[in-house]
Amino acid sequence: MTTISRRGLLTTGAAAGVLAASGLPLRAQAKRGGRLRAGLNGANTSDSWDGRTHSDLFMIASSQGAVFDSLTEVKADGSLVGELATDWEATPDAKTWTFNLRQGVTFHNGKPFGADDVIASLQMHVAEGAKSAAKPIISAISEMKKTGEHQVQLTLEAGNADFPYLMSDYHILMYPAGQIEEAIQKGIGTGLYQVVSFDPGVRMVAKRVDGHWKDGTAGWFDEIEYIAINDTSARMNALLTGQVDAINRIDFKTEALLKANPMVRIQEVTGNQHYTFPMLTNIAPFDDVNVRRALKHAINRQELVDKILQGHGLAANDTPIGPANQYFHAEMEPLTYDPDKAKFYLKEAGLTSLDIDINVSDAAFNGAVDGAQLYQASAKSAGINLNVVQEPADGYWSNVWLKKPFCASYFSGRATEDWMFATAYEAGVPWNDSQWDSEDSARFQDLLLVARAELDSTKRREMYHEMQQILRDDGGVIIPMFANYVQAVSNKVANPDTVGNLWQMDNARMAERWWMA
Amino acid sequence: MASVLKIILQRLALGLLTLLVVSMVIFGAVNLLPGDFAQAILGQGATQEAVEAIRDEIGLNDPFFKRYFDWLGALATGDLGVSYAQMMFATGMGGTTELIPITTQIAPRFYNTMFLAGLTALIAVPVSLLIGVLAALYRGSVFDRVANIFTLSSISSPEFFLAYILILFLAVQGQMLPSLAAVEVGMPLGARIYNSLLPALTLTLVVTAHMMRMTRAAIINLLASPYIEMARLKGVRPMRVIVKHALPNALAPIINVIALNLAYLITGVVVVEVVFTYPGIGNLFVDAVQNRDIPVVQVCCLIFAAAYILLNLTADILSIVTNPRLRHPK
Repeated sequence: MTTISRRGLLTTGAAAGVLAASGLPLRAQAKRGGRLRAGLNGANTSDSWDGRTHSDLFMIASSQGAVFDSLTEVKADGSLVGELATDWEATPDAKTWTFNLRQGVTFHNGKPFGADDVIASLQMHVAEGAKSAAKPIISAISEMKKTGEHQVQLTLEAGNADFPYLMSDYHILMYPAGQIEEAIQKGIGTGLYQVVSFDPGVRMVAKRVDGHWKDGTAGWFDEIEYIAINDTSARMNALLTGQVDAINRIDFKTEALLKANPMVRIQEVTGNQHYTFPMLTNIAPFDDVNVRRALKHAINRQELVDKILQGHGLAANDTPIGPANQYFHAEMEPLTYDPDKAKFYLKEAGLTSLDIDINVSDAAFNGAVDGAQLYQASAKSAGINLNVVQEPADGYWSNVWLKKPFCASYFSGRATEDWMFATAYEAGVPWNDSQWDSEDSARFQDLLLVARAELDSTKRREMYHEMQQILRDDGGVIIPMFANYVQAVSNKVANPDTVGNLWQMDNARMAERWWMA
Repeated sequence: MASVLKIILQRLALGLLTLLVVSMVIFGAVNLLPGDFAQAILGQGATQEAVEAIRDEIGLNDPFFKRYFDWLGALATGDLGVSYAQMMFATGMGGTTELIPITTQIAPRFYNTMFLAGLTALIAVPVSLLIGVLAALYRGSVFDRVANIFTLSSISSPEFFLAYILILFLAVQGQMLPSLAAVEVGMPLGARIYNSLLPALTLTLVVTAHMMRMTRAAIINLLASPYIEMARLKGVRPMRVIVKHALPNALAPIINVIALNLAYLITGVVVVEVVFTYPGIGNLFVDAVQNRDIPVVQVCCLIFAAAYILLNLTADILSIVTNPRLRHPK
């Protein structure tokens, strides 16, 4: 089992349409040379080369996308390949994983890469006092064993068929053992680009390493420059005036201006990023599945996609599994806006009308307040009176999310089904923002555990499809839409036909995958 | 001159008191904001446990007054402290990493802001003095009116609006200047000026009106005085009357206004720096407020306040020096 062939994403209508509409030129031959200048948001003066703290695009693109490598890598088409691992093998219970590591790889300071580096880099996440976002992944490893200079054996507490996928997480970067502190200060990795200068919250410049094992397959630029531009208008201006060659997250309101410029093209992919309205299912009235069903039919999903995302998205059906997932259930019957059905379920719950608060802020997602107001209008005809309470953006995640019975949230999605469910749908996990557990659906929680350790792809598909249906019918989170990643690129830069949809900017790896036209 | 020295010392002492009050107000205000550093930095990941861990590490659990006086005590010894972000980063590394003090973090940003302020002043002060003098000379003429309308409308527009107008004409359509004011350490002076020209021009538009109007008003005010009439009667040319006879006596109010505007150039650049992504203190300040990184916010505010105090002091001293009556009080 070297690679897992994965996902018919591009066969689903939405993504194919999007790629066709972006008018990408026919594949040209990639060539070396030039300097990629990208204007990216999500930068902060507190940024560092510590992968454990990375949470936004600027540092993800700089570290995993350029300077550092992980054990595995999700390709643009969604398949998993080895990055610093060449191949891997699991015992039939998916509990013990043996990774063979790439030989002849060196860090930018000349230190050769080996099994010790892997173990030290993994242990960083569970070190005393470390606050790593990848801690749940690493703490599930009960034993790390060096079985050779270039081989490690990782034993998990419970079987996990997706484990190699988890190793592609952008938090889990490979640092040189014994020099981790220095590597974090200076940015010493094994990636295609070596740090020239890094000014947190301002700029990152890196130059191509000579003689890298990815030569000929990736890393076409001689030099890359990432400029922190958090302000959206400034980012669009920088692209229009030719000061940068690519920007992430364009403003939909002024998209037409970018489209009118012949020197610039817009890149759009539908991934797993989704906007949500979670309900706390342990609190009345949301503990009644009929109330939840009424609310599911009282929202006009397509209207939200059209008006909040200005069409840059896909209506969703209350499941977080999106088009970038392998077992996305594209043929599932969609939830429709149907006030009569909503009224019916309300009656089933023994109610004639329903008055509830929904606490929202644009901190949850851009347009959350407007979205809640649209919801309010569409729910009214079903006899549901939503009272939209606007919360301050500051402290929203600490004071409202997970605390108010009905609010707004978002997730950027995960590469695998299990990872997403384990993040926010497994009973008892901290981010289970609907408190939806085995009391609500024992079947779902059972399937979650069985599917996790199942290596047979057909069986997993069945299970994950069933779980998506359960979420659609009984789940505690209203997920009206998947939001596209929309970015803009100058025609001076070329990219492959398939652009990654797991994360912005070709999975943040544009420095590896794109080239000067 | 002894009296001038006394005034300077008095004012500096008062200035220190002002800084103290400012630091109290800012510390209190930042604490009143909803959320704190731990919540801001963790965002969606702000679980109770994680928030508490970070608060413990950086001492956010200490009572308000203790935190303030600890900070003040360190300041008294010249220690501006370490940003929360640095502290958190260091503990994540096991506490062995050397802490980078705020002064090191702020120094390059401060230099950039001062550079921008200096560049703007070099453009704005001569231009507004010139326009002011010309407007006084040809008051009531078309030139006077056009100058007035133009400068007044530019000061009345919000800064970001002016910035976008300039970007539209000079960067997007004209392709003459970069819309992104990227400056870095070790950049040649020419490139640095070229890259910061758009923000400097925006700021020039903002501050010109005030200085130009004051120049014009102060000069016109004097033009009615008997000595000016005398000069005119003996046949001195109008331009010479103004520059040689009126301007020196009008300098005090003009200097005052210039100083105020220079202070504004240091403290009021936040919006302009954000629009042009200029890596100055304003950008850092916005970042710090968003993250509730109180030590950084405090230092930025102290710099802003000190700039105001010092420039006001300079203005007062200069107006004394330029005015013989004040220079030699009876």
